[in-house]
Amino acid sequence: MKSELIDAQPLGAEQARAGWLKGYGDHPLDPYLKPGRIPHIWCAGCGIGIAFTAFVKALEQAGAPLDKTVVVSGIGCSGRAAGYLKLDTYHTTHGRAIPFATGLKLAQPELKVVVFSGDGDLFAIGGNHIIHAARRNVDITVVCINNFNYGMTGGQGGPTTPLQARTTTTPYGCAENPFNLVHLATAAGATYVARWTVLHAYELREAIVEAMNKRGFSFVEVVSPCPTGYARRNNLGTAVDLMKFYRDRAHPTDTLDPDDTALPFNGDIAVGRFVDIEKPTFMDMYNDWVVARAAGREKT
Amino acid sequence: MKPPTSSGTPNPDGGGLGVRDRQALTGTHFMTGDEASAEGALAAGCRFFAGYPITPATEVAERMAARLPQVGGVYIQMEDEIGSMAALVGASCAGARAMTSTSGPGFSLMMENIGLAAMLEAPCVIVNIMRGGPSTGLPTLTGQQDVMQARWGSHGDYEIIALSPSSPQEAFDLTVEAFNLADRYRVPVMILGDETVGHMSEKVVIPEADKIEIAPRRRPEAPAEDFMPFYPGDDDVPPMVHAGDGYRIHATGLTHDEYGYPVIDADAQERLVQRLVRKIRDHADEIVRTEETRVDDAEVVIVSFGCSARTATEVVEIARANGLKAGLLRLITLWPFPETRIRELARSGRVKTFVVAEINAGQMVYEVERCAEGRAGVALAGLMGGRIMEPPELYEIVRKQT
Amino acid sequence: MPIDADRHEAVTGKVHILEYRCKGCGYCIEFCPRDVLAESEDFNEKGYHYPYVKVEGQCVHCDFCETICPEFAIYCTKEEGRKLETADVIRDPKPRRRRSRRA
Repeated sequence: MKSELIDAQPLGAEQARAGWLKGYGDHPLDPYLKPGRIPHIWCAGCGIGIAFTAFVKALEQAGAPLDKTVVVSGIGCSGRAAGYLKLDTYHTTHGRAIPFATGLKLAQPELKVVVFSGDGDLFAIGGNHIIHAARRNVDITVVCINNFNYGMTGGQGGPTTPLQARTTTTPYGCAENPFNLVHLATAAGATYVARWTVLHAYELREAIVEAMNKRGFSFVEVVSPCPTGYARRNNLGTAVDLMKFYRDRAHPTDTLDPDDTALPFNGDIAVGRFVDIEKPTFMDMYNDWVVARAAGREKT
Repeated sequence: MKPPTSSGTPNPDGGGLGVRDRQALTGTHFMTGDEASAEGALAAGCRFFAGYPITPATEVAERMAARLPQVGGVYIQMEDEIGSMAALVGASCAGARAMTSTSGPGFSLMMENIGLAAMLEAPCVIVNIMRGGPSTGLPTLTGQQDVMQARWGSHGDYEIIALSPSSPQEAFDLTVEAFNLADRYRVPVMILGDETVGHMSEKVVIPEADKIEIAPRRRPEAPAEDFMPFYPGDDDVPPMVHAGDGYRIHATGLTHDEYGYPVIDADAQERLVQRLVRKIRDHADEIVRTEETRVDDAEVVIVSFGCSARTATEVVEIARANGLKAGLLRLITLWPFPETRIRELARSGRVKTFVVAEINAGQMVYEVERCAEGRAGVALAGLMGGRIMEPPELYEIVRKQT
Repeated sequence: MPIDADRHEAVTGKVHILEYRCKGCGYCIEFCPRDVLAESEDFNEKGYHYPYVKVEGQCVHCDFCETICPEFAIYCTKEEGRKLETADVIRDPKPRRRRSRRA
């Protein structure tokens, strides 16, 4: 049965633009956004919006050629960021943004590839991929928004949900230990590891610039409020209360002490740049060893 | 050292490194189906391979690992098949001709991202050297049990193309064709080989590089302003934009409109999914390839593919020698299913029975039954896997149909 | 006043609010270091109370509102500098924030 809709022409460019362009350009950062995509889907007070703004400002500051900058995201609230940027962006399957980004980068090494995703997408279903990408030191940047739950699907528990915290799938309190993301990324082999809260928006912007300019696998964890999901179920107050909490309890440090950098429920938050080292990237090693040796050996 | 650059299309002058010469190993070889498939990929301009070792397809990966760096490509062994398929879709979106190889268990893992490839319309080639299943099954022995899965394995509605080689030579030829089909229709294309063909060694003739037809994907001609990356041409296939082209596109696995923006409603779903399905279904007659042996006057037609078709070839001779009018319809394209020819044969009234010879508990037999429309009998000659069909046993079944 | 006060100027800024975009989170109001903004009684089409500039001339173009807003709903432009005044240089000392207790 053929629906008459399939032959209908898509909205003409003019009509679409008329609708989308209402208000487009009102904000100086609008040129970095695709027309018609604001307002975005994030809740009032959601920290992803702040991290996203920090990323846009970082793009402005880093001066990376925008035609060659690609953002890949996974599934979740953070994953929606890709759809709003005026870059080549790919919104892929749950947990698989990093291998997708790996494929992109290896097929076109001159691209600058950034993965923008959340704690569940990157460390639960995507856990295997992030540790291998870090191990290989693939030259991509990963920005992980950690809001301690699975926001998009209604606030379920995830790999960073602290012990005792309540979520829709941990109604009696979480009985699992969470990951320490900066510790994990470092152990896996990342060359740049930093964590900031969304309140530290300036530092976050700097960190993203550094991470993007870094050769190798760079990881930035962004501690973010989820007022609708996580905060509401754990009586953590309003969005502003959470930001005040970050202001009072975040302490900058550059020492990666696993205990200090852990994020227990309502505990102190260690922020800062923890790792910044030089290591040959995957392509460096592939070219220096594999390609160089392959040239000498003919296969018949 | 300069990093390898990849644009998906072979460098016409070889970059001065003789790359193009080494891309196609012109000459006569004695190689296995796995190796031939790898060489076919290279000859077609494949520059990216992401895979995971799995018997009996490992040799494809091993050959690619050795040869890809020689032709300026990249081989990466991913942590699992899920990552492999995701990397494939990514590499395809960046412009590379990309391939992976796997078998049953890995094929199952790849399914979600095969759906992503179908949704993003990212051309890629997946080689499945089938083995006995289900689950871990018979890792080292043959089977043809993934043929339905190739068509329906991922959730939702989409269409793929699947080709089945019956010899190492065909493994080479069909892999080249697979890349061209993938680029033409922007779909994942599968090479459904079986362990028998994958591991058998036979003569493979690789022609000169300029005799190998390479038809790269259609690229956009319109400028970037207001460009709609998913607006199709007359054949329902949009020209492909790569990352880094400057078009600033958004591609998502969510249902989307022609701009690529996610649109969560029934109208967008209708338009998008109908087109994804139509672009193969409406061109089935161009895509489908079969090979017929003595079908013109046959009363019993054996329908088979892969290594089973080799058994069937001999059975046709045995049957004819015993006065039975048998013929063989060898399916080279498994999907889209060669409906037209089967319907035609069933309607002719001449064919009494189709005998479907496959190494599984009955998969393609249902397609044949559907297309026979009750006008001819359909019988299954099935084996559960682990060995190829022997001519005497297949002949027995054929003989019983008369 | 410092003796080189005439060689410096006080940076001033102007806050621009895109009321229709605001989702009323309150970050800009709470964290403006110069207490320039307050929540308005009015609300926008979506029902959110957007901020308004409660004191003109107090903004120092620190850009924090623009940085902390999740909605691209507020930004700050640099205005012409003005001469330094005593109030810019000498201010009542604010109570020091108690450092968080470390375990």
